[in-house]
Amino acid sequence: MYDFTYEKPTEIASATAILGKDDEAKALAGGQTFIPVLKQRLNKPTVVVDLAKLGLSGITVTPTTVTIGAMTTHAAVADSAEVAHAIPGLAHLASMIGDWQVRHRGTIGGSLANNDPSACYPAAVLALGATITTDRRSISADDYFQGMFTTALEQGELITSVTFPVPVASSYLKFKNPASRYAMVGVFIAKFDTGVRVAVTGASQSGVFRHTAFEAALSTNFTADAIAKIATPADGLNSDIHASADYRAHLIGVMARRAVAAAK
Amino acid sequence: MPHVTLTVNGKSHTVDVEARTLLVELLREKLALTGTHVGCDTSQCGACVVHVDGTSVKSCTMLAVQADGADVLTIEGLAAADGTLHPMQEAFREHHALQCGFCTPGMVMSAIDLVMSHPQGLTEAEIRHGLEGNLCRCTGYHNIVKAIAAAWPVMHGRELVAAE
Ligand SMILES: Cc1cc2nc3c(=O)[nH]c(=O)nc-3n(C[C@H](O)[C@H](O)[C@H](O)COP(=O)(O)OP(=O)(O)OC[C@H]3O[C@@H](n4cnc5c(N)ncnc54)[C@H](O)[C@@H]3O)c2cc1C
Ligand code: FES
Ligand code: FES
Repeated sequence: MYDFTYEKPTEIASATAILGKDDEAKALAGGQTFIPVLKQRLNKPTVVVDLAKLGLSGITVTPTTVTIGAMTTHAAVADSAEVAHAIPGLAHLASMIGDWQVRHRGTIGGSLANNDPSACYPAAVLALGATITTDRRSISADDYFQGMFTTALEQGELITSVTFPVPVASSYLKFKNPASRYAMVGVFIAKFDTGVRVAVTGASQSGVFRHTAFEAALSTNFTADAIAKIATPADGLNSDIHASADYRAHLIGVMARRAVAAAK
Repeated sequence: MPHVTLTVNGKSHTVDVEARTLLVELLREKLALTGTHVGCDTSQCGACVVHVDGTSVKSCTMLAVQADGADVLTIEGLAAADGTLHPMQEAFREHHALQCGFCTPGMVMSAIDLVMSHPQGLTEAEIRHGLEGNLCRCTGYHNIVKAIAAAWPVMHGRELVAAE
């Protein structure tokens, strides 16, 4: 790892000031992605700004929304009875990220800022149509994800919280890579009174995406059968040592049908 | 150079470190606590698990500076001064839950957190899910799971009634 200067500000304004004036300054949340990247010398920051003292963790649940602070750990979301009650798919998703020790440190803000094409939270944020709040604006999920490892965030912009609307039913199922536990394919289904949204992670070369064919079918008939005959094209899906694009295309259908059956 | 003040196994230390120093490097290289192991470069194996403020974390995936002010517990801090093993260490010994021993410090630290954070009970499935961050190349895990189930009643002072 290359050395850097470490800062642990106590105000959001000082954190964004440091990050804003230096392109090579980087934020540090749970470190469960960033520290492995630093260890591999894939990144050489001048300054590392630890977000731990900015007061950005916590969960607020209202009858219609769940708001999660950017520094809230995966374990805190997984263990929250309130989240499990309001959006069962979201609590379940958090409980399946990585392993227990990763969940003790890793945060929702870090996961969304990173936007790994195999990460779990992007599927929940996109399917639920969540709003990402930063130090300077609100970004809708449909505008936020811009391809793998690419988001609408500007240099130095910090996610402060994420607000999810409470759906009628939700679920997330992933076919995990047995070694890393990242999603080989993960499908999040969110049923609202106004319709159904389906997001797929782990599969596409351009990161998380909405499965509009499934959405249309499920919005009129919310059963696994409704999507049983809809084939997902393999174009643009990932092929790697873990799974071919065809296999991933097939898995999307399987995981989506199971997710519909499990939705609550 | 930043300095870090932290408590390790009940003893306070102030150490000069580079900002890039990992917590595991501080423990092993500055404090000579080599019980905590490093088994991978990818944050996957769990050989490095220690407790930071009572919670199990991978000390290879935390900067030493992030642990400033923290209370750290490592494998060296478990046994009593007279050498009496912690109930989890005793259970691992009793149930043959180790072979080469490389994964054992991390396993034991994860296992203790798992038992302490499940006062309501612990099923076999929960133990296996809880150990996903600890890899063992030798044992096949069965005896580790047995040891943890056996340590639960000793650590909580009552019977383990596991409702699946
Ligand atoms: C063994 C292992 C298994 C894993 N398995 C999974 C899995 O199954 N599913 C999954 O989804 N993830 C998985 N992860 C990743 C894990 O969820 C990470 O915690 C997460 O991706 C990054 O969150 P973090 O808080 O650790 O962020 P960090 O690693 O600290 O930061 C990641 C990036 O986000 C930026 N950043 C952090 N917070 C903010 C913020 N508030 N605003 C703006 N930028 C910010 C940082 O500058 C950095 O570039 C795994 C990780 C490991 C080590
Ligand atoms: S050394 Fe492998 S997870 Fe820390
Ligand atoms: S006992 Fe050898 S790695 Fe677990």
